[in-house]
Amino acid sequence: MSFQATPELEAEVNELISHYPVKRAASLMVLHAIQEKFGWISSDAVQWTAKKLELQPINVFEILTFYPMLRQEPQGKYAIKVCRTLSCALGGAYELHHHFCEKLGLDAHKHGPQTTKDGKFTVEFVECLASCGTAPVMMVGEKFYEGVSHKKADEIVAGCK
Amino acid sequence: MSTAATTETKTAAPAIEKIKVKIDGREIEVPRLTADWSGKLTPMTMIQACELAKTDVPHYCWHPKLPVVGNCRMCLVEFGTPALGPDRKPVINPDGTFKIAKSPRPAIACATPISPGMEIYTKTPAVKQMREGVLESLLINHPLDCPICDQAGECKLQEYSVDYGQSASRFVEAKVHKPKAVDLGPRIMLDAERCILCTRCIRFTRDIAKDDALGIINRGSYNTIATFPGMPFDNNYTLNTVDVCPVGALTSKDFRFQMRAWFLKETKSVCTSCATGCSVLFGSREEKIYRYTPRDNDAVNASWMCDAGRLNYKWIARADRLKDVLVRGQKSTWTAALNELSDKLKKAPVGSVAIIASARQTNEELWLISKLKAKLGAISDSIARVGDADKLLVSADKNSNTNGARLTGICFTEMGVNLQPITDGIESGKIKTLIVFGENIAKHGVNKEKLRDSETVGEVVTEHSLTPELLAKLETLVVSDIHANETTKLAHFVLPGATHAEKRGSFTNGKGRVQKFMKAVEAPGDARAEWEFLHDLVHNVTGQNGFVTIEGLFNQMAKEVPAFSGLTWQAIGDTGVTVQI
Ligand code: SF4
Ligand code: SF4
Ligand code: FES
Ligand code: FES
Repeated sequence: MSFQATPELEAEVNELISHYPVKRAASLMVLHAIQEKFGWISSDAVQWTAKKLELQPINVFEILTFYPMLRQEPQGKYAIKVCRTLSCALGGAYELHHHFCEKLGLDAHKHGPQTTKDGKFTVEFVECLASCGTAPVMMVGEKFYEGVSHKKADEIVAGCK
Repeated sequence: MSTAATTETKTAAPAIEKIKVKIDGREIEVPRLTADWSGKLTPMTMIQACELAKTDVPHYCWHPKLPVVGNCRMCLVEFGTPALGPDRKPVINPDGTFKIAKSPRPAIACATPISPGMEIYTKTPAVKQMREGVLESLLINHPLDCPICDQAGECKLQEYSVDYGQSASRFVEAKVHKPKAVDLGPRIMLDAERCILCTRCIRFTRDIAKDDALGIINRGSYNTIATFPGMPFDNNYTLNTVDVCPVGALTSKDFRFQMRAWFLKETKSVCTSCATGCSVLFGSREEKIYRYTPRDNDAVNASWMCDAGRLNYKWIARADRLKDVLVRGQKSTWTAALNELSDKLKKAPVGSVAIIASARQTNEELWLISKLKAKLGAISDSIARVGDADKLLVSADKNSNTNGARLTGICFTEMGVNLQPITDGIESGKIKTLIVFGENIAKHGVNKEKLRDSETVGEVVTEHSLTPELLAKLETLVVSDIHANETTKLAHFVLPGATHAEKRGSFTNGKGRVQKFMKAVEAPGDARAEWEFLHDLVHNVTGQNGFVTIEGLFNQMAKEVPAFSGLTWQAIGDTGVTVQI
């Protein structure tokens, strides 16, 4: 089983649920809490959430599939997010994404996040990271990088141990 | 037992205030409140008022029996309400009418309540333009595969496209492709590309079938109807989603690619798989039935039917149908067999004949059997069939006409109490002749197989004491049935009968609703409707002549059977009449 709710998670979720007038309203926050702990949300986690909120699994699955930031697959150790909104697109975001994919052996034309076979990197496009003046920008995990050239990109990858 | 029949079961509702609205310039008075999908009184909406005024408002997501969501926008109309003066009172025109303030914005007719003096405009150029716009957006990613789509011919997308669509698409971008044959459950296949996301299917299964199994996953133009992975869409009402789906997205695996809808002849009938007796339509072509679909009847099944009943039609065309009249194993003719049988019965001493009729026979047939019974001084009964009931439609009683058998005096309120006396009579040699209709009494096994495994509805014929050894003691065993079985093999006379699809007649359902059904297809070979040969038999044995049409028989029965008093074949109409049971 890919999902086992810890007592801490259970307590956190109970606390979250108590913030809302109806249990269902806590859905998104519960999913966030799970993703924070496990990095992704498995089918078992969806079923657990549904039970907690007195819903059917499909009700939770609808939310999970709506938000790309909620993961249905485990992520790589390093999550590379390349901004592709207008300024970054003009500033070479697609080329940057392509560069990462080529370097890491991924398919640049595939839709959605992709993870390398060794589970080390996940590369994906995201929308505006609110630093449009320094395009193209990207993040690795919680770290933010501006004006990323291909050379800088190589250094970033090399820095990921 | 013989209080007058009524057409409605409900008691009269309290008077509801009426208000006047104008629809396309025509004034109509409508109730301010009306029953919503769940039967609760709610303010009447524009679309309901338009329906009363017989003004068509195109719609996709709205369905009278489902909660309102207002997501498709196809029903947009323009409207105005009485203008208010500075005193907050309506401004009156010189001619005494209200001055109307036309709303600058349209409204969705399905979710906007009417108010006194409101004017609704459904035919303005702006409304037409809005409909065109909505339709064009709906068709953006639509595959337009009508030539291979089961819904073609009964598709709202096609119908409204004829009315409001453009012949050429202006959409030059690439269409989003979605999965085309998604296995949603054992009986349902989804073509995600054809779906217009009206959510009727979601609402049906959540609010009517009480199985919240469907949802919309993904985002934007990738939105798709789905189940939770690994949890198939499988309740006993799933096929109703195919009916409510306004397009060809949800298809019945059973009907998929079998027949074009426009070739089907539709016959009004009744489901015989349980005592609920849902009103249905048979779709048939060239003497073959292709599908059952539910027919609206608020006194019985609203607009729904169960999957088990819907798919329980293949037995009608089964290869082992009885097609010949057999006398002691030899092929015979109706005339010869009925003459010989009539002579035998005429000579039979009182009390030497027993009759086991089927509670799946029609009221008319059971009534004719009761005449035979009276003349012969025969003991009679039927055999109960039980299964599971549910909260929506399905009855635990799996006989379609238990009440008919009771009301015509074929069995007592507790069906089956006479089976032991019949057994004893045969055992002691007192009963020498047994006439059996539609019951395989030589076999009384338990049939619990579920719908998925076979084409039968899960049901159990209740235990009884009749055995093949016992039947062998009889001088004469007369069996009328649909299919060859253990009992017909033992019979001296085999009279091939007709299914309800092959004849007309009426049933009395578990709540006393008398409903009639029409003939869809011809019976195979020499098989004949039971009421036809029963009529001959009754005539020969009793000397009484009766009616030779189903109308005449029904009306005569209504005169003689107290519970049916006052009814006529014509007056029971398409949705039936409730009698006191
Ligand atoms: S599958 Fe049919 S009923 Fe369900 S949302 Fe799509 S169009 Fe509507
Ligand atoms: S509920 Fe009974 S009568 Fe209605 S469709 Fe099902 S089996 Fe037939
Ligand atoms: S467009 Fe990339 S940060 Fe705003
Ligand atoms: S029918 Fe009114 S919005 Fe769909």
